[in-house]
Formats: sequence, structure tokens, C-alpha cells
Amino acid sequence: MDIVVFLKMVPDVVEELVIGEDGKSLDTQSLRMRLSDPDEHALEEAVILKEKFGGTVAVVAMEAPEVEEVLFTARAKGADRAVKLPGDWTGIQAPAIAKLFASLFSSGSQQLTAHTLILLGSQAIDDLEGEVAPYLAEILGAPYLGVVTGIRLDEEKKKAIVMKEFAGGLRGEFELPLPAVLGIQAAEKPPRYIPVAKVRSIMKSARIETVEISPPEIVSGLPVDRLFMPEVAGKAEMLEGSAAEVSARMIEILAERGLIGR
Amino acid sequence: MQEPILVLAEHLRGAIADITYEMLGVGRKLADDLKAPLYSVVFGKDIVPVASHMGIADSVFVLDHPQLDMPSPDVVAALLKTLIEQKNVSLVLIGGTNVSTGIGPKLSFRLNLPFVNFCRNIWVKDGSVGLTSQLFGGKILSDVRLPGNRGVVSVYPGSFPPDAGKSDRKASIEMLDLRVEESKIIFNKYIEPEAGDIDITKQDILVSVGRGIANADNIAMVEELANVLGGAVCASRPVIDQGWLPLSRQVGKSGMTVKPKLYLSLGVSGAPEHVEGMKDSGLIISINTDSSAPIFGVSHYGICADLFDILPTLIEEIKTHKSG
Ligand SMILES: Cc1cc2nc3c(=O)[nH]c(=O)nc-3n(C[C@H](O)[C@H](O)[C@H](O)COP(=O)(O)OP(=O)(O)OC[C@H]3O[C@@H](n4cnc5c(N)ncnc54)[C@H](O)[C@@H]3O)c2cc1C
Ligand SMILES: Nc1ncnc2c1ncn2[C@@H]1O[C@H](COP(=O)(O)O)[C@@H](O)[C@H]1O
Repeated sequence: MDIVVFLKMVPDVVEELVIGEDGKSLDTQSLRMRLSDPDEHALEEAVILKEKFGGTVAVVAMEAPEVEEVLFTARAKGADRAVKLPGDWTGIQAPAIAKLFASLFSSGSQQLTAHTLILLGSQAIDDLEGEVAPYLAEILGAPYLGVVTGIRLDEEKKKAIVMKEFAGGLRGEFELPLPAVLGIQAAEKPPRYIPVAKVRSIMKSARIETVEISPPEIVSGLPVDRLFMPEVAGKAEMLEGSAAEVSARMIEILAERGLIGR
Repeated sequence: MQEPILVLAEHLRGAIADITYEMLGVGRKLADDLKAPLYSVVFGKDIVPVASHMGIADSVFVLDHPQLDMPSPDVVAALLKTLIEQKNVSLVLIGGTNVSTGIGPKLSFRLNLPFVNFCRNIWVKDGSVGLTSQLFGGKILSDVRLPGNRGVVSVYPGSFPPDAGKSDRKASIEMLDLRVEESKIIFNKYIEPEAGDIDITKQDILVSVGRGIANADNIAMVEELANVLGGAVCASRPVIDQGWLPLSRQVGKSGMTVKPKLYLSLGVSGAPEHVEGMKDSGLIISINTDSSAPIFGVSHYGICADLFDILPTLIEEIKTHKSG
């Protein structure tokens, strides 16, 4: 089985986000980038599948700050190939990203056969027109499902049996012929932890491949009028003071509502 | 006069989903503002009863077909494309839910129309449609315009009141006769949620932990707090995905919807997918180190502090209060 995983860097939302001077984009200077959560799960699922069913895992990322560290970490976790697509990709949007990824298969850098499984994150939090996975599936003419939380492979029948989430803990089981494109929401096990020392040593022995792909025609996205912060302060009454003061006030509030007895 | 607006009705196991009414409500308003007809379409198997509840739309199209039991995004996108071309629709509303993921982008790709995700508000100004989308887990909002009022919009659940989409009017139903393409994807079965040790939807008091709890060992302290309060512990998705608590404790889009009398959240950022599952709780109190965390936007009381600084004291004070 040849598994290809696309990895995306997104701003860490635990950090403060600052809107840039144009009022229409984020101030990139102040951003700290990290691997998108679902992508970490997509990688984990790929490595789990490789361990169970054999085959290879290739991870692919577009050039971005801190991306090499992420690619080496993926190698340390069990990926066999790490590919970087060099270029200045600022402003590129989901439909063009999907075209770029598709050309990786048409250029011969990656095979697309009945043994290929393509994993992406189900959805990243950073863009209006997200969901590169279904676009990519359209271009490749491959079946697609999103919000996937588990995969089994039936290599003989060349199909994947996947679990997809609905709501309220309800899930559904589906079968897709390969090659297929899946948007991973969560791996069946938590992403493994890799000690920094192991990543360091991989950095010495492994190499990140670069594949030059001519950028697709950049179609401009929707006109953004403005970015703004939601009025967070609007609702909550903030309690202040020492731990003891805050606790006392909370107990008062609960007692007033009969939520805490003596 | 604007071209028609179409709502893709969502349903699961024979029940119409709230998101459908949310979309019908805002769709009605949009249609009136733009002087356009509002259409709704239902694809499914044995689905006519669902369609009868959608009288707020000017026309309800129904395609009842054995192959549409749990159709794949491909099949739905293909049917929508045909319908949109036949009826000259310019604007399509689709639920931003797990059930409907993928349909919007596929449709936008095939029709070459823009796709807008995470939509929380829609309005008409000077005859143009504007949209507000929520990004970065609810920390940033973005206003965009739809050129020519044409596009495919994924509506975020909980953004509009469902009641505005309900009506006693008898639905004007038109049965469709469209060819349903054979899907490459086969639906095997539903997998029911595992029954947990406790049912968090039945608790009056919930203490909710998020990624701010940092590791599995710290859950014990939260269990103790829940114990002294007489409640149970629930969690955001990352805590569940890490395996620190069972799936039955997950609150939010993919997990449970809870409405306890008290929801005390610790180190939860308040991403839209989490808020969806807890916003209607009676009293919401949140502790978070980040003063701009979106959770404070839905909380009644907030404490901007390190949860580890507050918790030991809080537990002791509650014990003292109860014994006093
Ligand atoms: C299709 C889909 C379905 C999803 N379904 C769900 C779902 O059902 N439920 C769900 O919860 N999420 C769901 N998510 C994920 C959701 O988008 C968020 O990623 C998730 O809710 C974030 O969890 P969190 O708040 O615990 O973590 P984070 O967003 O990482 O937030 C952690 C918070 O803890 C605070 N913090 C850190 N340390 C401390 C400390 N010492 N004291 C106090 N505060 C601290 C930080 O300031 C931060 O605000 C879904 C996503 C998708 C795409
Ligand atoms: N710039 C990118 N680089 C690498 N992978 C990406 C990129 N954009 C999207 N993807 C992949 O597509 C998934 C969905 O992203 P999005 O469509 O932006 O919500 C991500 O989780 C990645 O797997």
C-alpha cells in the first residue's frame, strides 16, 4: 500500500492573533505556526496502517516556516519519504492547492494506483474556502469521504473500509474502492510521541526531497471586506482576585442558584 | 428579481436536522430581501414525510430513491448540479455538519462557483449578499461578498434560530425524477455510540476539561472537583482523542449535546465545534489563561487564570462550604 499524507502548517490559535494593517489578513509576523491537528492524526493513521498492512508512507508539505521540523518528525514517526514543494505560496487558495497536489501524481513523483491511499486533514481552521480533500478527489476522479476516524484495508479487493463520524457519537461504516482520498478527523489511537533526540538523529541521516512543480494558475479568491475579532467580552462577567477570592465568589454564585448544598 | 435560493435539507435516520430549519429561516429572509424564490430539496429514501415540514419554502423538491439511503457526497453533488441547472439557482445553502461534509466543495468545483465555509451570518446590503465566516476556532471573523450573489455556502450549525424556519404552511411539494448515479462508495451500517459508564446528557452538573489540562494525570484532580460538586467530568475533543477520557464523555459537534444546570469549563478554548454542544447550559463558568478565548463569549462568568492555581483552593473551599 502506498499512503500519501498532505501536511499543512496553521497558526497556533493558543497564541494571540493580530489582524494586519490592511484589515483583511492576519499579521504573519506575530504568528507561530504548527502542524494542523487533524493532519497529525492523518499521519498517525498512515503509520498505523503501514504497521498493520505494510507498504510505504510519503508525507508532502508546501514550503512554509517550520515545515522542515514537521517533515523530519514525520520521518521519525515512520514515514519513508518526506517531500517539500518549494515556492512562495502566499495567497494560494484551496482550489489551486488541490491542483498543485494533483500534479504531484500526474508528474510521476507519486503513483496513483489501486494501491494508493491519500490522506489529508478533514478540515483546517484557517481558511474560508477550506476542504482541499474533496477538491483533490474531484480532480483525481477518486472517491472521497471526510470526518474519518478509522480505516481498514482489504488489499485483495482493493478497497478501504472506513469509519465516518456523524453526531452524538453515532458513526457509519463505508467501503471505498482504491485509490481513494480521505479527510481524517482523528486516528484510531492518539498520535505517538517522538523524543526530540530521535528527530535530531533523523535530521542527520534522512533527507527531505524537493519536487519542483510549476504553480497552477492562481485564481483569486473571494473578496474579503474585513477581518475582525468577535466581541468576546460581550457576555461573561469576569471574576477577579486571588484563588481564594475567586473560589468564594464561585461558591456564592452556585449557592444562589441552589447548585451547591451544605 | 434574483435567481432562486436553494436549501439542501439535511436529515439523519428519518429525522429532519435542526440545521435544515436554521437554513430555511435565513434563506426565507434572504429570498424576501432579494425578491427571489426560496427552494428546498430533500434527497433520501422514504423521505416524503420530512418534506412536508418545509412549508416555509416556496417549493420543496423531493427525490425519493432506494439508493439515497445514505448517499455519498459525489451522488448528492451530482443531483444538486442537475437541479441547480434546471431551476437556474444562484445561491445554495448546505449544512456545515459532519453529515454534509464534502458536498459543498464538490458542487462548487463542478459548477465553478465560489465556496464559503464556516458561515455564521448572511445579509443583503444594496442588493448584494454578504457573509460572515468564523475562522481560527472562532477567534477571528471575516466578512466576504459573493460576486453576482452566486455561490455555495456551508452554514455553521447554531448560527441562526431554527424556529424562523418552521411554518404551518402546507409545503408545495414537487417530486423529482432524476437519474441517481451509481456510487463508488457503499454505506455498510451505522455504528451506535458505545454506552459509557455515565450518560453526560443526564447530568445536572458537568465539569469539562480541555487541552489546558495538559496530561492524563491531571484528570484525577478534575474528577475530585466533579465529585465534591456532585457532577461528572466531560471533555473537549483533544482530551478524548488523546485517550484520557472515553468517547462517551465528548461534548460538541461529533460528541454529545449537553444542557446541564452548571457547565464548568477548565482549559477549553471554546471552538465552535465544542460550543455547539454546550451553549444552552443553564450556567456556564469558564477558567482559561487566555483572556481572548472564545469560551468567554458564551460563558456567564469567566476567570482568566491558570486552572492549576484555582483548582486546589476551589476544591478545598467547596468541601469547607459543604461541611459548614
Ligand atoms: C468536524 C469536526 C468535529 C469536531 N467535533 C468536536 C467535538 O465534538 N467536541 C470538541 O470539543 N471539539 C470538536 N472539534 C475540535 C474543535 O475544533 C477544537 O479543536 C477543540 O474543541 C479544541 O479543544 P480545546 O479547547 O480543549 O483545545 P484548545 O483549543 O487547544 O484550547 C486549550 C485552551 O486551554 C487554555 N489553557 C491552557 N493552559 C491552561 C491552564 N493552565 N489553565 C487554564 N487554561 C489553560 C488555552 O488558553 C486554550 O484556550 C471538532 C472539529 C471538527 C473539524
Ligand atoms: N497548504 C497546504 N499544505 C499541505 N497540505 C494542505 C495545505 N492545504 C490543505 N492541505 C491538506 O488539506 C487538508 C484540509 O485543509 P483545508 O482544505 O485547508 O481545510 C489539510 O489538513 C491538509 O492535509
